[in-house]
Amino acid sequence: MALTLSRPARRRLRTLGFLSPWLIGFSAFFAYPLIATVYFSFMHYNQIKAPTFVGLRNWKYVFQDMPLFGPALWNTLWLVVIMVALRVVFGLSLGLLVTKIKSGVGFFRTAFYLPYLAPPVAATVAFVFLLNPATGPVNEVLGKVGIDGPNWFNDPAWAKPSLVLLSLWGIGDLMVIFMAALLDVPKEQYEAADLDGAGAWSKFRFVTWPSITPIVMFAVVTGVVQTMQYYTQALVAGKIASGVSIGPGSVIQPGYPDHSTLTVPQLVYSMGFQNFNTGAACVLSLVLFVIAMAVTMLLMRKRSGLLAAED
Amino acid sequence: MPRWRIPLRAPVVLASAGLLLAGCANPSTGSADDDPTKPVTITFWHGWSAPGEVKAINDSIARFEKLHPNIRVRATGNVSDATVNQALRAGGDEAPDVVSSFTTNNVGQYCDSGMWVDLDPFMKKTGLKKDEVFPRSLLNYTSYQGNQCALPLLADAFGMYYNKDAFKEAGIARPPKTMSEFVADSKKLTEKSGNSYKRVGFMPNFRLYQNSPDRLFAQWGPTYFDKSGKSRLAKEPASYEFFKTARKLVDAQGGYDALEKFRTSFGDEMSNQNAFLSGKLAMHLDGEWRGLMLDDAKAKFDWGVAPLPVPDDQAETYGRGYLTGTVAGIAHSSKHQNAAWELVRFLTADTDQVVKFANAIHNVPSTYAALKSPKLDADPTFRTFLDIAKNKYSQVLPPSTNGGMYIVQLQDFSYSEEAGDVPDLKKGLKRLDRLIDADTLQSKN
Repeated sequence: MALTLSRPARRRLRTLGFLSPWLIGFSAFFAYPLIATVYFSFMHYNQIKAPTFVGLRNWKYVFQDMPLFGPALWNTLWLVVIMVALRVVFGLSLGLLVTKIKSGVGFFRTAFYLPYLAPPVAATVAFVFLLNPATGPVNEVLGKVGIDGPNWFNDPAWAKPSLVLLSLWGIGDLMVIFMAALLDVPKEQYEAADLDGAGAWSKFRFVTWPSITPIVMFAVVTGVVQTMQYYTQALVAGKIASGVSIGPGSVIQPGYPDHSTLTVPQLVYSMGFQNFNTGAACVLSLVLFVIAMAVTMLLMRKRSGLLAAED
Repeated sequence: MPRWRIPLRAPVVLASAGLLLAGCANPSTGSADDDPTKPVTITFWHGWSAPGEVKAINDSIARFEKLHPNIRVRATGNVSDATVNQALRAGGDEAPDVVSSFTTNNVGQYCDSGMWVDLDPFMKKTGLKKDEVFPRSLLNYTSYQGNQCALPLLADAFGMYYNKDAFKEAGIARPPKTMSEFVADSKKLTEKSGNSYKRVGFMPNFRLYQNSPDRLFAQWGPTYFDKSGKSRLAKEPASYEFFKTARKLVDAQGGYDALEKFRTSFGDEMSNQNAFLSGKLAMHLDGEWRGLMLDDAKAKFDWGVAPLPVPDDQAETYGRGYLTGTVAGIAHSSKHQNAAWELVRFLTADTDQVVKFANAIHNVPSTYAALKSPKLDADPTFRTFLDIAKNKYSQVLPPSTNGGMYIVQLQDFSYSEEAGDVPDLKKGLKRLDRLIDADTLQSKN
């Protein structure tokens, strides 16, 4: 009976009541999956028979005997470093460009933003077609100016850079965020810098940069988290570029060519839902989770350092 | 009580409850208590999608429904193994009763995981003597460690298609029978065009269409596993000969990079842009179904079929090839397993049905009686594949507990090998054996 509850108990209940939407969401979508992932990482489970405890076997398998773990982790980290860095630099440059343009600004903003609206699968299919080494228009144009174009998505050395090109093409989201941040820099600071005789670089270095640092950090952190989950584009590009007919009898292995586009999330899917190796898939997920947490915490520390420096 | 404990208690309780549920929540199990003479509707998932094939399977179902007026069959086509796997693991009312797969690679996994039910009790109940109906090799690829969870539903044999016009042009009288003839003919048939090719004799690259390494490897008749189930590819002399021959084929025709670049210009395997059909390949490894497709597309050249060549020192085995096939079984979650068995039995063991279906889709029949049937299509190209299927040296892949994972490992290794990324073949094969064994161990309970 509610009436017999003591005051502190009632207060706790009320607090829980207010917290319940968050509590339910947190439990269902974070705590339970996380605990279940840890639990299954120690089990043999093929999603048909009941799970059985196998100790550290799944962990040993992933770290010692799974040849694809190394390439997948390397590719994921490669994409995190290169793709995020280039996206931020390119997004910021475009942001600066579209805020400085005097005429036709609407056209340029739209032109740069539009590719972002293309669904990832469609954009990837188009890129694989454009970059087809034998029949694609890009290599045809390169050939006309005397350059022997690379094999793009069909060459292990070029497959990841091709994915980076694809992501730079769809940079519209970052451009808009940077544009908003750049337009938000107080004008009087630029005027003061002008009075002090600052040049374009000095103005960027001492006025623009400190003002947009939090937004840059935001772009980096969200970029890192997104790229850690990179899946669709790499999978679609690999599938189409490999030319393997996707029929009922065919098993498509992700990562074409030579595992150069295999990412950890693809490996998780492949292990968990193609091979029904739930334990190994859970180990891989946990590794990815730990890395993502560590990198994010490191970046957040850096960010607080930067903010403190501003003060 | 410290304040921070308040919001933590609920999620922990919820999470623990969820965890307990996860441990108990296994997909629903079916039953074989149904009466197959009572009216019932069963679902059948299959992989056929081409209009002619769909018509053939629908005609087969119509024949079945005429024989069993109480059983209605709801068929769904173009279903991949991945979709079947997901559906059977998730369970539910929409999951299929009768399932089929276009590959034998996963049978070991289906049997070992219990996803497809053991058919022996049904055969016993209805008096079907499997050893008298199906060839032994086909029974082997539909069972795993004594669990016959599938039956063959037509087989596929692999051989060589060749462009007779190109052969005439190059002055070659007959298709090659040995590997050294194969290499020499491939070189003769290759025509360069600037930096690229007009035509390649035989594209050996493992990523081309059906060129999965296990297909050509079958010509050497390798043994994949030893008696204790351990991978023995490094100990298998055929492995070294196979990779050496593949390398010779590549080198004779301009090298891996040039061939790989040419390959990326090919159209889709099942379309009219298929590289053999469009004249870009003079010889081509493929299954028996390709003949119908070449006829349908009215190929612009004269073509023929022959078995793939064999190693020079195994000339007596000429006529062999790689065998696989479609398999059918009953889902573990089916609640109408006796009715489902009636359909499986009809599709796989009824001679008249097997012959009609084999003729309709140009696949190799999978029962003794159907193979001998005078009603079987007399087309000589089709007969070549029947002979490959009957050849005593022809090879089926051994089933394993994790399905085709060892084939995937072999494919991965072969891709690196052909690209020149394996400096020491013996060391590479030893590592491959270790990885296959690790996968096997990982899949065991």
